[in-house]
Amino acid sequence: MNQLLAVIIDGILYSSWLFVIGVGLTLIYGVMRILNVAHGSLYALGAYAGSSLAGYWISHGYPPLGSYAALLVAAILVGLVASPIIERGLLRLVYGKDEVVLVLVTYSVFLILEDLIKLMWGVDPIFVPEPYGLLGSFSVGDLSYPIYSLALVLVSVLAGIGLTYILNYTRQGKILVAVIHDRETAATLGVNVRLVYFLTFTAGAMLAALGGSLTAPTISVQPGIGVEVIVLAFAVVVIGGLGSLGGAALGALIVGMVRSAAVHYVPQVELFSIYVVMALVLIIRPKGLFAVPEARRI
Amino acid sequence: MKRDTTLLIYLPLLVLLLAAGPLLPKWAGFLVNVSLCFGTVVLGMLILMRTGLVSFGQGLYYCLGAYAAGTLDHFFKLSDVPLMILCGTLLSGLVAFGLGFLLARYRDIFFAMLSMAFSMILNGLLVKTSELGSTDGFNVSVHSFAGIALAEQSVRYVTYSTTVTLTVLVGVGVHLYLRSHLGRMAEAVRDNELRLEYMGTSVKRLIHINYVLAAALAGMGGAMMAVTVGHIDPEMAYWTTSGEFVFIAILSGTGSTLAPFLGSTVFETVRSFAYEYSPNTWQMTLGITMLLVILFLPGGLWSMFNRQSGTA
Amino acid sequence: MAQQTGEFFLEARGVNKKFGAVTAASDINVGITQHSVVGLIGSNGAGKTTFINMVTGYLKPSSGSILFQGRDITSLIPRQVTNLGICRSFQIPQLFGTMTARQNLRIPVGIGARHPGAQRMTDAQEMATVAAVLERFGLTGCADQVSAQLPEGTRKLLDIAMAMAGNPEILLLDEPTSGVSAEEKFLIMDMVMGALAASRTTVLFVEHDMEIVERYASRVLAFYDGRIIADGNPQTVLTDPEVRRYVIGEHVLGQGHAGGSHA
Ligand SMILES: Nc1ncnc2c1ncn2[C@@H]1O[C@H](COP(=O)(O)OP(=O)(O)O)[C@@H](O)[C@H]1O
Ligand SMILES: [Mg+2]
Repeated sequence: MNQLLAVIIDGILYSSWLFVIGVGLTLIYGVMRILNVAHGSLYALGAYAGSSLAGYWISHGYPPLGSYAALLVAAILVGLVASPIIERGLLRLVYGKDEVVLVLVTYSVFLILEDLIKLMWGVDPIFVPEPYGLLGSFSVGDLSYPIYSLALVLVSVLAGIGLTYILNYTRQGKILVAVIHDRETAATLGVNVRLVYFLTFTAGAMLAALGGSLTAPTISVQPGIGVEVIVLAFAVVVIGGLGSLGGAALGALIVGMVRSAAVHYVPQVELFSIYVVMALVLIIRPKGLFAVPEARRI
Repeated sequence: MKRDTTLLIYLPLLVLLLAAGPLLPKWAGFLVNVSLCFGTVVLGMLILMRTGLVSFGQGLYYCLGAYAAGTLDHFFKLSDVPLMILCGTLLSGLVAFGLGFLLARYRDIFFAMLSMAFSMILNGLLVKTSELGSTDGFNVSVHSFAGIALAEQSVRYVTYSTTVTLTVLVGVGVHLYLRSHLGRMAEAVRDNELRLEYMGTSVKRLIHINYVLAAALAGMGGAMMAVTVGHIDPEMAYWTTSGEFVFIAILSGTGSTLAPFLGSTVFETVRSFAYEYSPNTWQMTLGITMLLVILFLPGGLWSMFNRQSGTA
Repeated sequence: MAQQTGEFFLEARGVNKKFGAVTAASDINVGITQHSVVGLIGSNGAGKTTFINMVTGYLKPSSGSILFQGRDITSLIPRQVTNLGICRSFQIPQLFGTMTARQNLRIPVGIGARHPGAQRMTDAQEMATVAAVLERFGLTGCADQVSAQLPEGTRKLLDIAMAMAGNPEILLLDEPTSGVSAEEKFLIMDMVMGALAASRTTVLFVEHDMEIVERYASRVLAFYDGRIIADGNPQTVLTDPEVRRYVIGEHVLGQGHAGGSHA
């Protein structure tokens, strides 16, 4: 019984993390039709920026609770800096190319960022665990969890609700949906597609970075942490259906629960259980769970 | 009829590479050898790309081929170069034949993602299999060629010339295949599946055939890599390896069966030198190279030759 | 009118097709005899393309069945239907966009030559056959241009030529002359219909120009709102008051040429 509870709680925590890293990816894909491989690097950048800023804050003796703000600010900064460079500086030049070529472009960005991170932060691991321990812990039965781990749950819920609200109930969101469905028509109707792309990419980048910066206090931040994140995020959004918000949520939940169950019951398969699920979902629903089948008219 | 310049290039290339083998410094011979292995995998991707499909999981077959070769040596002491390569090729082709029934239904990003999932599954399996060395993999050694025992010092040249010869053979083979009716049909699949179905042709079957061919070539490349490098590990099935193959494929361009070999040689050279002279920025160098190619040579490196000579 | 016998070459029996709330085919009963040339008319959205799509297996009827030579082909897919000898062209040309016109035609010619029982051809023979087709359709001049860059009329013609290269028993042409200039229309139709008449191929063609319908069709089916509202020889159908109102309607008023003029 206890183990089942642990599976569920771990699963929820892990799912939240997955949703935060997946939702930005699916948002960018939905609007821009770009499967952004550099998403993992943005996550890593967030982690580095977050630990640097939070580390600076704490080492200067400022009130420790402010380190949470530092993590948040770090993620926003990463989005604000990376997005103009990547989207305006590079992606803009390749819009309209083949989807695969776009993947390769972002793959190149990933390669560049991986080294850029090493150049900026060096190759030694960075630990800034303070924010993690600050809040104490809570227990469920005889299981104890740090309260900090709820931060990601909170962020994922807020991100999910926020994005759903924006997409469905605001003017900007409706414009976004219009672009998703038909960019040419949207453009002729006077929608500033350029701006929409830029804002979407910025939002997606910030979410990735936020995932990274919030995770930073729980891990040792070192080169390569973004590499696994990319495939995991891919798995999440592909399972849910590329470009679907609800899909990302469901995908995150499925992957999170499966992995948590695997960790507790069959640790040998932990690593690839996620990909087995991904393959199975694609076999049963070739375009993911929430994809709308579209018939071609001839 | 147009003269087939590509075929005219392959033969001198073979002679040149075989003759150069003993003369090349060790590192250069190794670089050529490794490039040819990669090139063979990418040659398979070229077939798929002509069909309009890009696999993000070709590492699956590359790794399978390598492990087939490695297992022969490691567990059965059948350390025979052609046998190992043959088994690697066959195993990958066979697995692809099975998975092909499934994957032939997928297109675009979904094909890419499902192939990636399969290769990640293999990666996960290997990492957890301690008999196969888990994350570290294991060493592969070579002792004979078609039953003839090899002296220690001749192994290197034998694997080198085997790789060169096989590579040229499959290069020519694929070249002829792409010029055949079946090869033209592959391109038709990429252009318009609906039309092909309305000509009474099974697009799924065509994709399946090309998928198996691509996988067999990837297996062959993996097996050749195993005997060349003498070490294999699960990383061969990790997504970054497959990413590199896509990378080389786009870098090369699909204009000719020679393109993958050009592309992989450039890739390996850039990587080796960048790694040698600036170990912290070699990925950056590759990334920038790729971006430059995409922006300024959208048809890949091969398009430089096309533009000059005007041949297709 | 619904003849329930198996004597027709191609037959639709009680065919219905719904897309959500839209009824694209409603109780279609029609039999086509071999060697006939049938014109399909009807305003946009009347269900003509849907009918062709169902006959060729691209769409499954919601109910009803389609028979070819007495055999039920309702559940077959396009590939199987094609292999029975039913070919089609497309309203929007479906070409191999990156290939030249010649390479486009080489595909169906190559496929045809590899059919079981067909005469095997050498490469040179294949190329010669392709060249002959190009010549017949006046496409020799642009044979080596990439098809995506050809003018619409040429693309249409190439699309039809590719459908005909399969030597069909029945050919369904979906708006063979749409998007083509008025002079070109007759040129295209003369070429296509001439070739088809020579091989006595059964033809169904969708056409908006009543002059063309009158000239080439021996029978006309008028579609309206998913139903066939008139069926018969061109003179009768084109003068039918319902047809004049719903199908030809403003067309007659606007262009002034009489749909019912006697040839
Ligand atoms: N794939 C489809 N999905 C939904 N509605 C369709 C589809 N194909 C056709 N329709 C609808 O069915 C009706 C008939 O269309 P169609 O057969 O294309 O007409 P026509 O060819 O006579 O112009 C139209 O209302 C059209 O919008
Ligand atoms: Mg139509």
